[in-house]
Amino acid sequence: MDLFDILLSASFWAAAIRIASPLIFATLGELICERAGVLNLGIEGIMVAGAFAGWIAVWAGLPLWGGVAVAMITGMMLGLVHSILSVPFGLSQHVVGIGLTLLATSLTFYTYRVVLPEVSSPPKITAFQPYEIPLLSDLPIVGPALFSQTPLTYAGFILAGLTAVVLYRTPLGLAVRAAGENPSAVAAQGLSVTAIRMGAVIVGSGFMAVGGAFLTLSAFDSFFFDMVNGRGWICIALVVFGAWKPGKAVLGAILFAAFDALQIRLQQTGIGAVVPYQVFLMLPYFLSILALVVMSRRAEIPAALMVPFNKGER
Amino acid sequence: MSTETEAQVVLRLQGITKRFGPVTANEEVSFDLHRGEVIALLGENGAGKTTLMNILFGQYTADAGEVELFGQPLPPGAPRAALDAGVGMVHQHFTLADNLTVWENIVLGVDHLSTLSLKPRQVKSRIRTLSEQFHLKVDPEAKVGRLTVGERQRVEILKALYRDAKILILDEPTAVLTPQEAKDLFATLEEAIATGLSVIFISHKLHEVMAISHRVLVLRHGKLVAERATHATNREELAALMVGAEVSAPSIESRAPGAPLLSLHQVSTPDQGAAPGLKALDLTLAAGQITGLAGVSGNGQAALSDLLSGLISPTKGELLLAGAPVASWSPRSAIAQGIARIPEDRHKTGTIADFDLTENAILETYASRFSRRGWMDWARARAFTKDLIQTYDVRCPGPDIRIRLLSGGNMQKLILGRVLEEEPQIILANQPVRGLDIGAVNYVHEQLAKARDRGAAVLLISEDLDEIMQLSDVIHVISEGRLSPGFARGSMRPEELGGWMAGNGFDAEAPDAA
Repeated sequence: MDLFDILLSASFWAAAIRIASPLIFATLGELICERAGVLNLGIEGIMVAGAFAGWIAVWAGLPLWGGVAVAMITGMMLGLVHSILSVPFGLSQHVVGIGLTLLATSLTFYTYRVVLPEVSSPPKITAFQPYEIPLLSDLPIVGPALFSQTPLTYAGFILAGLTAVVLYRTPLGLAVRAAGENPSAVAAQGLSVTAIRMGAVIVGSGFMAVGGAFLTLSAFDSFFFDMVNGRGWICIALVVFGAWKPGKAVLGAILFAAFDALQIRLQQTGIGAVVPYQVFLMLPYFLSILALVVMSRRAEIPAALMVPFNKGER
Repeated sequence: MSTETEAQVVLRLQGITKRFGPVTANEEVSFDLHRGEVIALLGENGAGKTTLMNILFGQYTADAGEVELFGQPLPPGAPRAALDAGVGMVHQHFTLADNLTVWENIVLGVDHLSTLSLKPRQVKSRIRTLSEQFHLKVDPEAKVGRLTVGERQRVEILKALYRDAKILILDEPTAVLTPQEAKDLFATLEEAIATGLSVIFISHKLHEVMAISHRVLVLRHGKLVAERATHATNREELAALMVGAEVSAPSIESRAPGAPLLSLHQVSTPDQGAAPGLKALDLTLAAGQITGLAGVSGNGQAALSDLLSGLISPTKGELLLAGAPVASWSPRSAIAQGIARIPEDRHKTGTIADFDLTENAILETYASRFSRRGWMDWARARAFTKDLIQTYDVRCPGPDIRIRLLSGGNMQKLILGRVLEEEPQIILANQPVRGLDIGAVNYVHEQLAKARDRGAAVLLISEDLDEIMQLSDVIHVISEGRLSPGFARGSMRPEELGGWMAGNGFDAEAPDAA
């Protein structure tokens, strides 16, 4: 069977992990924001801005990790804008988020044209190369799939573990989660809900931007318009799919990526000759919605998500 | 007890004054709290109790005066200062996060945010020790959302004890408890006081104040108007001090019931999330009678009141109006059948905040009484509202202001007027006096008694057992959607009703509701 051959091949899983990587960064970022009680719909725009900022920085001569840092800072600055409007001002998080996505996207294209006014096709950079982890990469299937990726993919998995530890094992993480569940409880302890939420949105937005930068610095080696292509919205669904838990969210990202990798391969099989290719393109989204319905029914949504907090009010 | 000589002063408030614009919330408030002492802070809504506590906790900065904790001046406007110095507060509305566990809630904010680990094992064992020492039974691993209200309060108290609080402030702690739970709470407090804890007990329930405190401070219009040793005062004096005049609750005599106006036969409704629906419930509301429904909130009161207002229909059983079964049931038909409602939440379902008084006064009758051939008759609506304002003593600048600007008591009076003006046969009064001060409470109770006397059937739903026992001709207790038999006025002691509220007695009475 074609399907089994695909599912058992190392190259398929390697592709799935690669496709999942930007989703992992951005999903973690969104998860941190939402755990603190802020829905960040700026994610799509922040990813576009991160993809561009990281790439242009490397093109201008910075090392690859410098590009990652520039992307992160760009994301944090956009996160600052979001958090000022959504936290102390308490504006509608939907409007702020969508506004930020439009702003960040347009600003990116504008900057692109200002920096590269005359080019017809964007210049290429030397992207992250796969790094084979000694010993581990020699394992069958798992080796080439997991341990022959680019350093930025490894960073994504490390970040997922780190996020989980901070959220569940430290007083800071507890304060972030409590801010998303019942901000009055946080305020009653003399902690600043405003500072905690703003901090979470700023850091989370930084992660989203790195997710965008993965596309230009690791997955490809250049910047194209529309390259983020709705990945931000997928990440918002992945947070729900993962029931606001980092580990499950990473699994969700890999699952979605596997569907995506699968549809590309299925198009080249015998079925692909019969079924229109649009059906395959639809497949990961369709299956994700199915999984979302099954997985997230019992999820505990942060109780104060999208509820602005005003100190004086009860 | 209050004769303890010169115990150490742990908290001293000196000339605290706080103004909000032209309103003075606290004026020259001074008092001392001693080690091991319980003082009760008594006062009506708006007397300035909450403002005073918010100043202590640095949420507000006082315009004048200072706070001393254990001999040290407390820096104004620093929320953590009072906490760090050992003051714990149990708020009336709990400050717990439902989706977090008990231990996570307790440890929140204890360590500095830069601390690397929460050390869950140590935290949990310390919580277990404390809960044993003070008989505050609760599982540290449980999610707070799964706990009962009484257990949540225990978590709040543990939270304070975990921080080694030397002073515990309890804001209306028994408002949400059954009589038994309240008793347990008092036992815990006695024990804590014996270890040297000092307590400020904020309440307007006079019998509790008499039972637990050593000293009573009475606040009125922001001023400390009286200070009494508890053993040297009585409930009547305290009530008078609180409102500044002699008050007498309306005395209500029992009357013989009239014909049944509304009956439920074996009615069941579906559960609504965590709140149970009704389970094969029988209830009769008779003319000229106040039927009291006691129970801890969330035991089916919402389902019953939704049912009677027409928001839901029975899935099983029968609803009879004046002996005849009703066919189709909706809010509109409930109103048409003469069921008047005083909703539980006057802000959410009773009024529309940004509508003016006139618009709110005619919300239920605009179509039938205040329109002609599809056009609103605003002149008549306004005249009607002016009448209501006069008759029901709604203090306000006029019928054209937005109802949001009224105090809770005046808002409730308008709702009451709107309801009673129609001379309804059946009145559903759901928590009609929640959050009102004594003057307004008495007024609402008098009006309900008057409606009864002209022959209306009144269903009074309340979590306040005192209110139920004072007003009701017959009392039912609701627990997990099941209804106790009716008890005549004066036939049950509060403890016995408390037993029913806790769910005792139902199994013998109704073997299996299903």
